[in-house]
Amino acid sequence: MTADSMGTTETVLSVRGLKVDFTTPDGDVNAVKGIDLDVKPGETLAVVGESGSGKSQTMMGIMGLLANNGRVAGSAKYRGKELIGLPLKGLNEVRGSKITMIFQEPMTSLDPLYTIGRQIAEPLVHHKGMTFKQAKVRVLELLKLVGIPEPERRMNSYPHEMSGGQRQRVMIAMALANEPDLLIADEPTTALDVTIQAQILDLLRSLQQRFGMAVVLITHDLGIVKHFADRVVVMRRGEVVEKGTIKDIFEEPKEDYTKMLLASEPSGSKEPPADTAPIILEGRNVAVDFAIGGGFFFGSNAVFRAVDGVSVRLKRGQTIGIVGESGSGKSTLGRALLRLLPSSGHYHFGDKNISNFDRSAMRPLRKELQLVFQDPYGSLSPRQTVGEIITEGLRIHEPQLSRADRDKRAVAALKEVGLDPAARNRYPHEFSGGQRQRIAIARAMILKPKVVILDEPTSALDRSVQGQVIELLRDLQEKHGLSYIFISHDLAVIKAMSDYVIVMKNGKIVEEGATGDIFEQPHQAYTKTLMAAAFDLE
Amino acid sequence: MFQFVLRRLASAVPTLFIVVTISFFLMRFAPGGPFNLERPLPPATMENLMKAYHLDQPLWNQYLQYLKNAVTGDFGPSYIYKDNTIAELIGKGLPYSVQLGTYALLLALIGGVIVGTLAALRQNSFLDFLVMSVATTGVTVPNFVVGPILTLIFALMLSWVPAGGWGDGSLKFLILPVITLALPQLAVFARLTRGSMIEALHADHIRTARAYGLPQRAVVITHAMRGALLPVVSYLAPCAAALLTGSAVVESIFTIPGVGRYFVLGAINRDYTLVMGTVVLVAIFVIVFNLVVDILYGLLDPRVRHD
Repeated sequence: MTADSMGTTETVLSVRGLKVDFTTPDGDVNAVKGIDLDVKPGETLAVVGESGSGKSQTMMGIMGLLANNGRVAGSAKYRGKELIGLPLKGLNEVRGSKITMIFQEPMTSLDPLYTIGRQIAEPLVHHKGMTFKQAKVRVLELLKLVGIPEPERRMNSYPHEMSGGQRQRVMIAMALANEPDLLIADEPTTALDVTIQAQILDLLRSLQQRFGMAVVLITHDLGIVKHFADRVVVMRRGEVVEKGTIKDIFEEPKEDYTKMLLASEPSGSKEPPADTAPIILEGRNVAVDFAIGGGFFFGSNAVFRAVDGVSVRLKRGQTIGIVGESGSGKSTLGRALLRLLPSSGHYHFGDKNISNFDRSAMRPLRKELQLVFQDPYGSLSPRQTVGEIITEGLRIHEPQLSRADRDKRAVAALKEVGLDPAARNRYPHEFSGGQRQRIAIARAMILKPKVVILDEPTSALDRSVQGQVIELLRDLQEKHGLSYIFISHDLAVIKAMSDYVIVMKNGKIVEEGATGDIFEQPHQAYTKTLMAAAFDLE
Repeated sequence: MFQFVLRRLASAVPTLFIVVTISFFLMRFAPGGPFNLERPLPPATMENLMKAYHLDQPLWNQYLQYLKNAVTGDFGPSYIYKDNTIAELIGKGLPYSVQLGTYALLLALIGGVIVGTLAALRQNSFLDFLVMSVATTGVTVPNFVVGPILTLIFALMLSWVPAGGWGDGSLKFLILPVITLALPQLAVFARLTRGSMIEALHADHIRTARAYGLPQRAVVITHAMRGALLPVVSYLAPCAAALLTGSAVVESIFTIPGVGRYFVLGAINRDYTLVMGTVVLVAIFVIVFNLVVDILYGLLDPRVRHD
């Protein structure tokens, strides 16, 4: 007897008292602390929360996808059929057939060793009993459905031959293969560029309307939620904070946490520096080439031009925002301006012509030209204490300082970025993402630089933490008269931080101008697309 | 693909040249010579011998002469086994060694991968600990201990298999030497497979495979194992070299007439040409196996395909 004939069609998924625990060497972690939620047929339910809220682990628990040290308890019924505690065989009848998933990481969610055609066919082969040959027709149909051009050719492509957006389309095709009842989308667009993000969300929506499946959208991005979902569940620290329709949550949020989340979109703007402000860093006709392929013995030496004749002029106290999608050359440009990689062009720092400076000539200047990276996890050495990390630059640039002096400077730098000075005796892994980014900023600030290049400094952080880091960067700029080059794909952050904006694409400047002008009256079609993709969602 | 193989074979020429050059001079700078016996030869005999083998000529001349001959496939006569050329000696011994090595390689590879996979799937279980301790033992106990112990138990005490020799080359003669030779390599393969399999099972695309309800067999074999085999395949080349050198000991223990013993005999007797011949043989083996590894790698991983 099927679930439908039992008359339990009101809810597709009914979750009651769901708990997820992880056993760790430091004791048990209760990731999800007994939550309830219902998904009705055809609706879109958004589960919103910051990192660590348990929003993903809830769904992983239901789908039997927890890590080895995870345990799930409680009840989750798919059309009346209990999924928790179901033996693997029974669970495998539901997964990939009735309930499917797409994930955040389109780069790694597909097996790199098989063609995408084969991977889309796999759920058909295993659930519908087709052969791979029979499944081919359906695979072609699905690839057309998700808008992959030249599906006949593309089905023989490997994941590494496709872009992030295309891979996510492939995942969606795989998710739709067996016409599921429920699609769980776990941060489906977080890793994608804004214009691609908009396309993927549109695709999901149109497919949902066509096939009538329910969607659970797990995300941290309220802009997407407002645009896309019918109902919202707000989660925090493994508990449900608030539930309601889009209208309830966005217009009359009841809980403080929800209000805080809604208010944490970056705000404010920056005044441009005075016209008389001196130019501190300038790069003219910056060009960077990367060798691609090319053999050692034979083979050609192909060259990829990552930055193509770009000029940047940074005044003291100014913040130039560089916007662009992945591959636009914005990070490469930042490194070239600091003379961190081989590049051609003319460079001036203050009144010095640094165009021909080599590594050792640049070294004394490094103190004044600092760089803060995106990834606060990868950019701090895990084997050094925070104190060692932030004073390392001092040991090189101000070797005359005694140990006690260095320690004093470390205390001051940590206080300045809003961290407890006791942090200097601890190791990076003991800190959260936001705190680590503060450490990275302290490492730059301790040298009292003049120019700081911020390469996506807030992209890996939750919105609420992002706001704090932006505040901190603003304060530091005001206090020390710093000049920033702020590289980001996030237009909202750029808008709040910079007074001048450069829009880049394929290594070239598409458009540049004062922040107000670029955001209010973009001239170029590309800038307009970018703005539409970013702000129509909000 | 064909072009890739050609290119790689072409790049093997300078490698071989360097190997030959270095070993030629190292060997000559080592004290002693092929005719320094325990009872010194009369000076006149010595002089004649040196002349006969051109050892009285300047070193450079000898080196150039050796290179010239080697290019045409002539590796000279052995100084000790005077009736044989190096080519004959190696030609006679190689079939035995290749057979022994092939079986050992297959046993080590297949056994190691199976055992390592089982250990990875039951990570931190009793089976895992058992497999890994046996593997550690396999690596640490040298084959000149393992060989005699196996002989003692299975040949002398139980009389299941012969204690040594090649006989008619049938399976019962091969079992003990193959196991002795394979054991340390099997242990390495098991450890490698376990490690890479554990990593592979944590990959995002494995989560995808599970989320789509693929049966455990498909998840493990189709998706996890293929990726996990990449580091294992890379080890094939060093493994082949290790099996060749390992065969020197194993062939001596089990009195198998392979080429392994020439490594030792050649070096002890300062049989210059024999040492050079075995060095070239090992170098060719390693180069060929490296090529095989690269081809296998391309077959397994489309991202590094050479076309």
